Amino acid sequence: MSAGNSEPHDAAREHVTGRAVYVDDRLATQGELHVAIGLSSIACGELRSLDLDAVRAAPGVVDVLCADDLPHAIDIGPVFPGDPLLVDRHVVHFGQALFAVAASSHAAARRAVQLAKVDYKESTPKLDIAEAIDEENFVRPPHRMARGDADAALASAPHRLSGEMSIGGQEHFYLEGQVTRAEPLEDGGVMLHSSNQNPTETQHLVAEALGVPMHLVHVEVRRMGGGFGGKETQATAPAVLAALFARRHSKVVSCRYSRRDDLLLTGKRHPFLARYDVGFDDDGRILGIRHLLAGQCGHSPDLSDAIVDRAMFHADNAYYLPDVVIDGLRCRSNTVSNTAFRGFGGPQGMLAMETVIDAVAAHLGKDPLDIRQLNLYGPGRDVTPYYQQVTTSSVPVLLDTLARTAQYRERRDAIRRANAANPIVKRGIALTPVKFGISFTVSHLNQAGALLHLYSDGSVLLNHGGTEMGQGLYQKVRQIVALELGMAVERVAVSATRTDKVPNTSPTAASSGSDLNGMAALHAAREIRLRLTEWLQSTQDAETGSVEFVDDTVSYLSPAGPQTMHWPELARAAYLARVPLSATGFYATPDIGYDRATARGRPFYYYACGAAVAEVAIDTLTGETRVLRTDILHDVGRSINPALDLGQIEGGYMQGLGWLTHEELVWDDTGRLLTDGPATYKIPAIGNMPIDFRVSLLADSPNDEATVFHSKAVGEPPLMLAISAFAAIRDAISSLADTPVFVKLDAPATPERVLLACDELRARA
Amino acid sequence: MIRFLLDAEEITLGDTPADLTVLDWLRTHRGRPGTKEGCGSGDCGACTVVVVSPHEGGLRYDSVNACIAFVGSLHGKQLLTVESLARDGRLHAVQQAMLDEHGSQCGFCTPGFVMSMFSLCEASDAPVVKHMAESNREAKSDTVSRPLSSPGGWLHRLETDDALALSHRIDRALGGNLCRCTGYRPIKRAAAVALARSTPWLDDTASLALSSRLQQLSAEPSCSSGFLQPTTVDELARLRMEHANAPLLAGGTDLALEVTQRLRRLPTVISITEVPELQDLKVCDDRLYIGAAVSLSRLYAWCHTRVPEIARLLLRYGSDPIRNVATVGGNLGSASPIGDWPPVLLALGATVVLQRGDHTRDVDIDDFFKGYRQTALQSGEFIREIRMNLPSEHAVFAVHKVSKRVDDDISTVCAAFHLDIDSAGVTQRARIGFGGMAATPVRAPGMESSLQGVPFDAAAVAAAIKTLPEEFAPIDDARASARYRLTVAGNLLRRVQLEYAGDVALTRAGDLEPDFVDSLTRSMDESLAERQS
Repeated sequence: MSAGNSEPHDAAREHVTGRAVYVDDRLATQGELHVAIGLSSIACGELRSLDLDAVRAAPGVVDVLCADDLPHAIDIGPVFPGDPLLVDRHVVHFGQALFAVAASSHAAARRAVQLAKVDYKESTPKLDIAEAIDEENFVRPPHRMARGDADAALASAPHRLSGEMSIGGQEHFYLEGQVTRAEPLEDGGVMLHSSNQNPTETQHLVAEALGVPMHLVHVEVRRMGGGFGGKETQATAPAVLAALFARRHSKVVSCRYSRRDDLLLTGKRHPFLARYDVGFDDDGRILGIRHLLAGQCGHSPDLSDAIVDRAMFHADNAYYLPDVVIDGLRCRSNTVSNTAFRGFGGPQGMLAMETVIDAVAAHLGKDPLDIRQLNLYGPGRDVTPYYQQVTTSSVPVLLDTLARTAQYRERRDAIRRANAANPIVKRGIALTPVKFGISFTVSHLNQAGALLHLYSDGSVLLNHGGTEMGQGLYQKVRQIVALELGMAVERVAVSATRTDKVPNTSPTAASSGSDLNGMAALHAAREIRLRLTEWLQSTQDAETGSVEFVDDTVSYLSPAGPQTMHWPELARAAYLARVPLSATGFYATPDIGYDRATARGRPFYYYACGAAVAEVAIDTLTGETRVLRTDILHDVGRSINPALDLGQIEGGYMQGLGWLTHEELVWDDTGRLLTDGPATYKIPAIGNMPIDFRVSLLADSPNDEATVFHSKAVGEPPLMLAISAFAAIRDAISSLADTPVFVKLDAPATPERVLLACDELRARA
Repeated sequence: MIRFLLDAEEITLGDTPADLTVLDWLRTHRGRPGTKEGCGSGDCGACTVVVVSPHEGGLRYDSVNACIAFVGSLHGKQLLTVESLARDGRLHAVQQAMLDEHGSQCGFCTPGFVMSMFSLCEASDAPVVKHMAESNREAKSDTVSRPLSSPGGWLHRLETDDALALSHRIDRALGGNLCRCTGYRPIKRAAAVALARSTPWLDDTASLALSSRLQQLSAEPSCSSGFLQPTTVDELARLRMEHANAPLLAGGTDLALEVTQRLRRLPTVISITEVPELQDLKVCDDRLYIGAAVSLSRLYAWCHTRVPEIARLLLRYGSDPIRNVATVGGNLGSASPIGDWPPVLLALGATVVLQRGDHTRDVDIDDFFKGYRQTALQSGEFIREIRMNLPSEHAVFAVHKVSKRVDDDISTVCAAFHLDIDSAGVTQRARIGFGGMAATPVRAPGMESSLQGVPFDAAAVAAAIKTLPEEFAPIDDARASARYRLTVAGNLLRRVQLEYAGDVALTRAGDLEPDFVDSLTRSMDESLAERQS
């Protein structure tokens, strides 16, 4: 049986030998052109003039495009317009694309770009979320979720607290930057090799830009060197530019962003401003709450409608909020348009809620874990602010188990003693849960297709609409197909994702890759299995119900006795008997839907849950922090591949840790991004791993819903486990005070913010 | 002509631009794309390759960032890339371990990790490290467990002391390689497994043969119109006068950014790495003489038993691939306000020996930095040597670096303190060097004189801290605010005093060793108890 096994990533061997081919690794062709983009050097204003003569005359330059040269205005906004490919007149963020150069080499194109003479009429950029809230400067209208009477509950609550928290954004920093290579085709179309989570969307927008039907544009994605949401919509711009130049010159054209260009041109995780007003009883039970979640969307909508929605969907995290109002705002600013990033707003909503819990605990002088457990969803307290019933949640068992195995209570005592003995280095601990809704909240995206070929030698080639960005999707789907066909996994290969094999695909996003594509592949495999079974029964005298596909063999009973066939034999015989050996599979998630007009429904098919305990040390002289130990217990249902799931959990946790500690995006007053390279923007390195890092999968917890193999999605949820480390830092700081105190700490908890919080507490003491 | 080996093949490059990077050569000229570009600035390690060169009768295997190394620097050396390692269809131990331990996800950073691990397996201290790794029973056995969970993480079942030392050594070797997917746990485990399993890349005979082949290659000086590589100090002095505008190239970790980030062309560069006089590292009259081209890795090796405080700083300095090529002279010559070496020199006192033609002159380190990225160097002059005082035996000498991230980050503030304190506890002499506090690395005369002549106690520290805002006006930037820099600069002095007074057993979050041990012991006990129950 192959599903359920910890098999290596299907391309692991290629990875470790350097043979895995990424877009930029493809062999160069004669006369290939390379694109570089000219970026704006202001954040807000009008383009007065764009003198590109020197650019055109630069060595190696073949072509230059600005908005005026385009056959028609090209807007690559994925849902709503607002993202011009090249600036026409209005510059709306620093580093916006003004023009593009095609030259004989990447370096020649980049050097030429520097020669442009640009004149602007500059205006004052809008950069502040609070100001956008006050001015109602939104890219999309506000949305509200509400249940019960929050105001009344707040007014009558024995205790009431309010507060505000600023939450930083995050740069994806996929190791492979944005890149597409376009090859012109004889029929007026293009073939694109793209590092891309959303090939269909790119196909659609390239077809629009070229003015050709989608059937002339093909997008292939074999693999990405990391995506994390950053290649869901942001991969389109380089693809469109490469395609335009490819058509204009009938040459292969490559558009690859340098790291700095990538950091300036592409959207990031949304910074948020979160405000809360919470009422609770003496035990800490929340009675009423108002959340305001204001996302900084940048200059255009991109996916912000859905992202802020998801923040709102997670402002309860794992807690029952009896009387509740959640307001979500989509604030405009003169910054790059923020976009999908692992968690898709969920992390910000969840962090806001966990902060509320910590505030309540500090106010009552109780252990935050007690407040967390007290407020969990449970029988009779099981309806979310958007009216979805939480029928099953593994959170209570996760919290109980983890608190015990990680010795949360005992360690809290040990930490108290350690802190009393050390005036400088303080420790803290926190246990936080994650309950993450699985499904695209835009319901129509919850569909997938697969195409399966059984060749006459018994080997299977599978293609599906999901893309591989390191998560091991191909390997998981391969194992699912192998299991369904009772076939050795080596017989199954998964080929590069292509829009001409499986059409109209959804982005590989929302943790949905295996759920959707795995199920579509399963359906395709089942179709082949049924055809083979029928054929065996109708022409080979197999007794009805006796055909079994196990252990790489087909066996059945016939009047002549038990029969077995190996796959090569079976496939060959079926081919000669003219049995169709190619099938498509399709899947659409059942029973979901959310009515945005009433803010009610069942947006999620199920919830994926986990919990983490983090123990940290902080240096109260410098604000430096270190995670000493992290224990994670995560519910992946019945795992299709435990090793790959562990990889997602550990990797997600560390990415979340980076977001909440040292990954800080800094803009200056003019709207220029100062952290425009890895020298200033610091993602976690190996030394940031918890010194002691223990990760376990929750045993015996098949998904109650009929997901593939009763597994659960795992891509995004673990990122939010890192909130435990943030809460632990807050806990460590609070030890500077003699009595329980809530520490106001914005994210990320950089050394500077931690030191500031320490100094504030010390000044109060 | 630049001659080097790519694997076993001898490569001869004729008219190659001086500023062609090894990465560009591999990927675009040679069509060998296994080595990746992640950042083009030596910050991510996706392009890590290994450069093999003769060293002390054997060979050294340095991990190097190919994106900021110029091909000329390969002259007389062997270049190994991720494609080099699998032999006769068999994966190298590091590759097999990465595969077995699920150390790759998207795979883009993997070639770099593989090469850094390979360099670790071939490092001079590898036998010691291997021994530590072998005490891990799991790592030694051929069958690799693929547990449903990872209790105790990568270091499960390691003896505590060995686990610590091994952990630090692996972090050091891999600190310059960024992975955005895995969270590092399987990679770190793969490194331990590979160390336990790997056998030497070359046997003694093959090593000797390669060594002599490389020596033959380098015996013939490289002659390329743009990449000038003098092999004597006189020749360097002459070239420096002849090509006054050509930059000096040592490790290139700063200079190459001019090419890859600012897109400047460098038609001519003068490489100083093959000048023996600039590779001197010796103690003379109680001073440490450091040739300008001595790499930070070599300096680390020298310091780590003799001046551990400096060694500790050096480990916070870039990453292995950077330290393997970056030099002391380069760090001074680039005069960055946030260079980490100058504060040490300022605190200890040092003389910079400059040479122009056949004339040398001594410049006190206090007079070397003239302004933002400006030095006392005149046209035609070069740094030949740095003569640094060593910390006096009874002095308090402490160096602290504060940055957002521990590994491979640039200082927000770097401070070096050298305080002579007499038997009565009175500070007789104080020298304090700061980085990140001004447009150049600077001393803190106000703080120094405030400390001098009074007992080194909390009151003295409080008074000394008060001088900071008068003396310094640091900037707000992407790393931190001016206010934070001022506060931390003072707090670091506070820390030195706390440690001096012995009030605090543990004051550093950057390297919490006692806590590590404590936490590890605890985890070991628990997992044992778990298994028994």
